[in-house]
Amino acid sequence: VKSHRFSFLRLTCTVLTIIMALAWLFPLYWIANTSLTSESDTIALPPSFVPLPPNFEAFAYVIENSPIFRWYFNTVLVASVITVVSILVSLMCAYALSIMEFKGKGLINIWLLLGFMIPFGAMVIPLFMLMNQMHLVNSHLGVILPQIATPLSVIVFKRFFDQVPKDFRDAATIDGASDFHVLFNIYIPLNWSIIWAMAIITFIGAWNNFLWPFIVTNSTPMLTIPVGMTQVQSAYGVAFAKTSAVAVMASIPTAIAYLIFQKRVTQGVVAAAGIK
Amino acid sequence: VSLKSDVRPEVLAPKKGNWLPRAWLFVAPFLLFYVAFLIYPAIQVAYLSFTNSDITGQGSFIGLQNYVELIRDPDFWASLWHTLYFILLTVVPNTAVGFFLALLVTRLKRLRLPILSAFFLPYVLPVSVVTTGALWLLDTNFGIINYLTGSTISWFQDPNWAMPAVAVVTIWWTVGFNMLLFIAGLQNISPEVYEAAAIDGASSLQRFIYITCPLVWPVTSLVLLLQLIAQFKIFDQVYLLTQGGPYNSTVVVLLYMYRQAFQQNRGGYAAAVAVALLIIMLIGSAIAFRAMQGRRSK
Repeated sequence: VKSHRFSFLRLTCTVLTIIMALAWLFPLYWIANTSLTSESDTIALPPSFVPLPPNFEAFAYVIENSPIFRWYFNTVLVASVITVVSILVSLMCAYALSIMEFKGKGLINIWLLLGFMIPFGAMVIPLFMLMNQMHLVNSHLGVILPQIATPLSVIVFKRFFDQVPKDFRDAATIDGASDFHVLFNIYIPLNWSIIWAMAIITFIGAWNNFLWPFIVTNSTPMLTIPVGMTQVQSAYGVAFAKTSAVAVMASIPTAIAYLIFQKRVTQGVVAAAGIK
Repeated sequence: VSLKSDVRPEVLAPKKGNWLPRAWLFVAPFLLFYVAFLIYPAIQVAYLSFTNSDITGQGSFIGLQNYVELIRDPDFWASLWHTLYFILLTVVPNTAVGFFLALLVTRLKRLRLPILSAFFLPYVLPVSVVTTGALWLLDTNFGIINYLTGSTISWFQDPNWAMPAVAVVTIWWTVGFNMLLFIAGLQNISPEVYEAAAIDGASSLQRFIYITCPLVWPVTSLVLLLQLIAQFKIFDQVYLLTQGGPYNSTVVVLLYMYRQAFQQNRGGYAAAVAVALLIIMLIGSAIAFRAMQGRRSK
């Protein structure tokens, strides 16, 4: 009797969990729903909960009347460069910190922790002035440069490199391999999964970054999607279908990246927090 | 600098002379970006706070004048209070909801991955998508939330509701991150501990209170601390949802800094605001850290 009641309780709990998950997804569903509705139907009462037949007016309007593909291009370019360069320099730095002994190593370790504590938001004023002096305001490079050095990646990679047996490197060096060789042929392949994880997280983070691109760009063709879509919002006024269509287009890349690389993202988040 | 004792000297000895430049070759690329775009601006922001610079950096040294003004500036104190209010509304609730969702998800088997991604998905979306959705769903006249609940509240235009509404949106958006950390923490607890307790006759409630909660505490304190640091920096959501209104009731410190810098063209004063925030954050985090360490050692 007891186990029967128990499984009933478990079932109720599972059903409640599913309902909560659906409720959590509802806002996203609603944005998608609105984007496929005609502008006049978005404010009709009662609202329609299923976009049938789908109406692509809003998407067509946005594609025709805003430089959304230009913003796509900007964001893809910026996020890709940030990811590749940031991961590469972090790997090299982590390698040195993990297995080499050199003067200044302790200092770098302290700096890394300090940098971890400094909020980027408090840094935007001097960064903006710096970019202004370098004539990099409203340029891709201006968006990219301050986002390259992420102490977190170095700290995570170092922790994983620390677990690689020192013998691997010793054996390779005896055979005459250089440190670049050891890093790229031994350390990187051995830690491929965490590198992937951090790369995806870096990419999503760079794609989504709002504050810095918002500060350093203000000419319409140079904006990234997260910043550009706020322009669409203010330009169209109350136009829920159109703003929803832009929102859908802005979310698709990161949402798909997450759904494909779900396990990697989870692994990266957990590793970055230092729990595993 | 002495070599680590576990490194075999016969391998390293011949190359000892090369160590320094070669290591720096590996560190230099990262360090270049790090110093230029993090360390240097950090020093620069401190320097600027003692000047009357405009936003291009032109200005002269004026000593402590900015700080004197800051202490007497009611708008700064108001922005600090709004930030603390936002922290109050988010840090603990976001942690608690994250823990609760983690408990729900970890007991699932086949449904685990899809449910987990449902809760985490908002976190990977750009903030402007989240705020666009929030402004639409919570619209006073046409929003689906007011339609379904029959309420007539103007969520982002009512001074009483604006900040709580921003907090709820923030929790919906970011709780997936906390949930992931808690799931990892819960999985780190060995099942043998539960089995032993079950054999000793502990009920599931007792197991939860005496095993789960204390063993997951390191993760809880980590999440609380990360939350505290993250919410001190609140800017994006407020800027996009309320622009600081209504009646400046949601102007947080970074928004105040942004206005001083880019709207009033007062780079020096804005830098002083940034430094003040930095110091308050450090003190706040240190106090929270000490408080939680104290609990942990008991």
